[in-house]
Amino acid sequence: MYKARAWLSRSFTALSSNPLRVCVVGSGPAGFYTAEKTLKAHQEAQVDIIDRLPTPFGLVRSGVAPDHPETKASSPKKLQQIVINQFSRVVQHERCSFFGNVTLGSSVSLSELRQLYHVVVLAYGAESDRALGIPGEDLIGVHSAREFVWWYNGHPDGKNLSPDLKSTDTAVILGQGNVALDVARILLRPTEELATTDIASYAWTALEGSSIRKVYLVGRRGPVQAACTAKELREILGIKNLYVHIREDDLIKSPTDEEEMKNSRIQRRVYELLSKAAASASSQPMLGQRELHFVFFRKPDSFLESNERSGHVSGVHFEKTALKGGGPGKQYAVGTGEFEDLDCGMVLKSIGYKSVPVNGLPFDNHKGIVPNIRGRVLKNISGDSSQVENGLYVCGWLKRGPTGIIATNLYCAEETVGSISEDLEQGVLASSSGLPKPGREGLLQLLDNRNVRPVPFSAWEKIDSEEKRLGSLRNKPKEKLTTYEDLLKVAT
Amino acid sequence: MLIQYNYMLKNISPPSNKIILPLIFQQTGCTSQHWRPLIKLQSDPRVFQGSLFQKYPQFSTTAVNDASHGSSIQKDMINVTFVDKDIEEKNIKVPVGMSMLEVAHENDIELEGACEGSLACSTCHVIVMDMDYYNKLQDPTDEEMTCWILLLGLQRRKSHLGCQIVARPELDGICLALPAASRNFAVDGYVPKPR
Repeated sequence: MYKARAWLSRSFTALSSNPLRVCVVGSGPAGFYTAEKTLKAHQEAQVDIIDRLPTPFGLVRSGVAPDHPETKASSPKKLQQIVINQFSRVVQHERCSFFGNVTLGSSVSLSELRQLYHVVVLAYGAESDRALGIPGEDLIGVHSAREFVWWYNGHPDGKNLSPDLKSTDTAVILGQGNVALDVARILLRPTEELATTDIASYAWTALEGSSIRKVYLVGRRGPVQAACTAKELREILGIKNLYVHIREDDLIKSPTDEEEMKNSRIQRRVYELLSKAAASASSQPMLGQRELHFVFFRKPDSFLESNERSGHVSGVHFEKTALKGGGPGKQYAVGTGEFEDLDCGMVLKSIGYKSVPVNGLPFDNHKGIVPNIRGRVLKNISGDSSQVENGLYVCGWLKRGPTGIIATNLYCAEETVGSISEDLEQGVLASSSGLPKPGREGLLQLLDNRNVRPVPFSAWEKIDSEEKRLGSLRNKPKEKLTTYEDLLKVAT
Repeated sequence: MLIQYNYMLKNISPPSNKIILPLIFQQTGCTSQHWRPLIKLQSDPRVFQGSLFQKYPQFSTTAVNDASHGSSIQKDMINVTFVDKDIEEKNIKVPVGMSMLEVAHENDIELEGACEGSLACSTCHVIVMDMDYYNKLQDPTDEEMTCWILLLGLQRRKSHLGCQIVARPELDGICLALPAASRNFAVDGYVPKPR
């Protein structure tokens, strides 16, 4: 029995007429690192990466703020280019292909993919948002930060956001993570500094005409619990001619806070930066200065509707909070029954992304992820490790939840590919599918039958050149193409 | 060989009468648990160091390679030893100013550097085998600490990011061990809990 199994698992690698066929859904960091590690670990494996957009790279293309300085060695912009170069090398591998414009669910179903490939890895990230579930969330002017980032980064699904930046001078951002800081920075940065970045042109035009001068970054808990990291905080505090305000009282630390800071150097640095900013701020903003206010211990209770413009948001009704025990690192905010309002004409919710489920895929709605053990998809959310969906894996935010940085996916992919290799060795994959699978040829045939035209990686190279060419005409590193029509026109 | 010799210098104590030739220490290797000099050199520290600095370039070249005698006088070079997971050592002469990640890549040493030194990963981490050298390294920046904490989930111990260790004369003789896997880094055997 062992010999038969071993033969079957070897049959994948030994016979090139039956190579391991892998499909990775999603071409962001999780997808690419998975592809790279699979190619390395299995010398006969053929890996196809699909993405619903014509362009690859996921958030590496659409989630890096355009205004990070390019000059520092540790700049996110530099990392963006490094990662794009690395991923490009992966696709150029002869055993790897990229197919853009292929959507899981409409171009091809999950069950079809599982029939075409021995292994399917879902790495399509989190394209939705956690909801607050409070009254007024549907008012005009309340957006998710995710959509706002798509908007200024020229994501083809972001253009229609059309945020109104002209009818208010105040924006409230709910959340204090790095994404919240990114959107605050884009709203507050002098537009001359944005002119030479790869920000979407229509966004730059809108920001040029923006009347927003005050931004509030609001967190439910205190400065010791702020989710952002020091580098990003320093960047926003360094904006020229910006008035920064933090209430002195909010900086008072409890013994539990001190304990938390003792255990976490990141938290300590963030707190120090906030205290320093509070201490060095002048008492009043100067005429014409833009303002950034850090607000702590406030939980949104409802959104207020404008009396003058019905259906539009005019403020946020907050409940003051206090921290309750759970020990260091586990303090949570509890409402105190006292309330306070903040007037504003725009709200950006930056409280976390959420993954979107797909037909035929088990999904844990509470955590917003696909139930899995070390990347192996489980049949249901009970966590029973015996109920594994053979040949189906997850990687990235869909597996872990929407946290971490680009490199977090490196380790995540290592784990998932490790599980795939183990399953291969133990004949788990072979027993259900020891036969050759159609793989790439099968997928292309199916797409052709449905009149879906996949966009190959060479098309991305054309798009990239064209964006750079257009950018050079305007002293920008690139001028992004922001509609599906434009992208597909250049691609073909 | 110069590695051992330099280590001896750190333990200089009261006057003695002998200078031991570096050759005797050839066997010791980087993998000994402690950097223990075989023979303690005893001399007046200031006098000895003064004379040694004048002779330094010659010792470095005669100890290692006669053919390159004089070449390290022209450019500041230090000796670095890498130890891989199979306890194989590689001694390399490194120009001052080069990062250990660059050194590894230029010498075919298996050190991954996924973000190419932009402080966005922790794949280039190395274990500094000697506490004295570890203490000479500069304190990590916020960005480096973020890499450790966000990616590996804990405060680092004897490890450092290879891309942030830049060759300086004071680090001559440093010995860096490569972790067995990009996640398994601490000398004390800590294994991060699975996700």
